[in-house]
Amino acid sequence: MSRYLPVILGMALVTYLPRLFPLMLLNKLRLRPSMMRFLQLVPYTSLSILIARGILTSDPEMLPAAVGGILAAGALAYWKGNLVLSVLSGIGVSFLLITFI
Amino acid sequence: MSDDRKKSIRQGMVAGSPLILGYFPIAMAFGLLAKNTGLTIMDTSATSMLVYAGASQFMFLDLVRAGVSTGSIILATFLLNLRHMMMSASLSVNLKKDTSGFLPIIGFGITDETFSVLSFNKDKLSLAFILTVNLIAYLSWIGGTAVGYLVGEVIPKALQDSLGLGLYAMFAALLFPSFKVNKDYLKPALLGAMTYFAIFKTGLLSSGWDIIAGIVIASGLGVIVMGKEDKDE
Repeated sequence: MSRYLPVILGMALVTYLPRLFPLMLLNKLRLRPSMMRFLQLVPYTSLSILIARGILTSDPEMLPAAVGGILAAGALAYWKGNLVLSVLSGIGVSFLLITFI
Repeated sequence: MSDDRKKSIRQGMVAGSPLILGYFPIAMAFGLLAKNTGLTIMDTSATSMLVYAGASQFMFLDLVRAGVSTGSIILATFLLNLRHMMMSASLSVNLKKDTSGFLPIIGFGITDETFSVLSFNKDKLSLAFILTVNLIAYLSWIGGTAVGYLVGEVIPKALQDSLGLGLYAMFAALLFPSFKVNKDYLKPALLGAMTYFAIFKTGLLSSGWDIIAGIVIASGLGVIVMGKEDKDE
């Protein structure tokens, strides 16, 4: 048996159960309006937090590329709406910033 | 197969395609790093296939290099991925009826990225749509891991790094257009960024707790600022 198999299985279990648990429960429950509103806002707060965290935890030399890529992708998506193109542009801008700055 | 189902699958493919770009490069980075950490390809693939959670997989490699015990690694993973519980809860209210009975499969596929795509398509969450998005994401992740492990070293560093940033580009590409749909959504987004910035600056919370605290506080403040559920939405 591989030396890492126990830890991998352990990680898998503790990752999977929290993902499943709310789906099984909340499907049956009726929630009050403020709770519904809270859950409705989670995508917006969490996405913003993940982006902020990505920027705050990046290497200083990668910072321009990170910010540039994010703004390029976000702006293009906002104005053109094509997701794949936006992500590619973001990567492209990051690449240029890494190479030339 | 019914027309509705075909339509859902097509929509799932459209919605899921940015995930390939967001996931494949990061997965490649993971595969390469795992190889450098001394994991076999079996272990590396198993990690991506069973744990299926980007950030915590990288943390796992970090902790392995630091010689941390198995129990501590599992606990750290639990904490880092706990935020998926909130994302799962957020999605659960919008799942269509045909998903019941398949929740164990759907639940497995909930990650930051699939959650982002699914929650910005919350009017479409039928079984076919969700499974299509999840499948695209999952295949990209395990495919990328394998490719990264086998050939990752040949890609120039600048390209590797910019591909890695593709993940954040994807988040931004999902979030920014939503402000066009409804300007009000700027509020929770800004609250999220500001709250997390404050938490980050205090440095008190470790990885996992900082994100969860940020989401809970910012979303809670959002409820206060924006009022209770808007019945039109």
